[in-house]
Amino acid sequence: MLIEALFYVFAAILVAASLAVITARNPVYSALALVMCFVTSAAIWLLLEAEFLAVVLVLVYVGAVMVLFLFVIMMLDINLAELRQGFTRFAWLGWLTALAVIVEIVGVVWARGGLGIDASRGALPAPAGYSNTLELGRVLYTRYAYPLELAAMLLLVAIVAAIALTMRQRAGLKYQDVSRQVAVRREQRLRIVKMDAEKRP
Amino acid sequence: MITLAQLLTLSAIVFSLAIAGIFLNRKNMILLLMCVELLLLAANFNFIAFSRYLSDINGQVFVFFVLTVAAAESAIGLAILVVLFRERGSINVEDLNTLKG
Repeated sequence: MLIEALFYVFAAILVAASLAVITARNPVYSALALVMCFVTSAAIWLLLEAEFLAVVLVLVYVGAVMVLFLFVIMMLDINLAELRQGFTRFAWLGWLTALAVIVEIVGVVWARGGLGIDASRGALPAPAGYSNTLELGRVLYTRYAYPLELAAMLLLVAIVAAIALTMRQRAGLKYQDVSRQVAVRREQRLRIVKMDAEKRP
Repeated sequence: MITLAQLLTLSAIVFSLAIAGIFLNRKNMILLLMCVELLLLAANFNFIAFSRYLSDINGQVFVFFVLTVAAAESAIGLAILVVLFRERGSINVEDLNTLKG
């Protein structure tokens, strides 16, 4: 009973935070509401005994991706009034689509009783001594070892691409090139001028 | 006890709110990216729910990969956004009409 009550509380917070994401006037508030979404989702995943993924969600999303979002939002000088123009023009279409999607998915789920699984029963409790992280690691490093390396390569490519896209060479920037400084030769700096000795006046 | 149907309903609600968000904020590129993150979160909910109720760990492995791809996607998306803002001084989707699409 306690778990179900907690689930309802978290679900209500998740839906409210999702609403805040899409309707907030300021993108910063949207990003903070999205952080709330991720934290609440992590809590629900903990209720579902997916501990490792809950921790990863908080670490990777709240700790890295959302900080990146906030960083970009605060760095750019955005004209909010222009972006908000026509906010309600297609709003009815948006809500209608959302309603259609909800009715379709929820209708199928409740009518079919969970797509061949008995949806009304609870999940089997994990046996004693069960470790979600251990099981996930066991599969990830054996059966999914090759996809895991592909994912690592993907992240590497993403890092390189993000840096290559945003790096820029500004003209007129003064900087030291240490290797050129060290490799300089005497002839490049010193000029010996032949001249007659001057007489003392 | 939480049932599978409750979880699928919750993920459907979050998914459709994100779709509504794409309609509402169709000019603001940052909010479009955030709505895509919300869509992926709702999809991950389904994977975790089915993984739990079928007692099959493979669904959670898939969520792991989805998180990886989503992180890469948002990093590159934001990089493109910053370059775009530098070139155009705007992130309004309606200003991106060079290709006349």
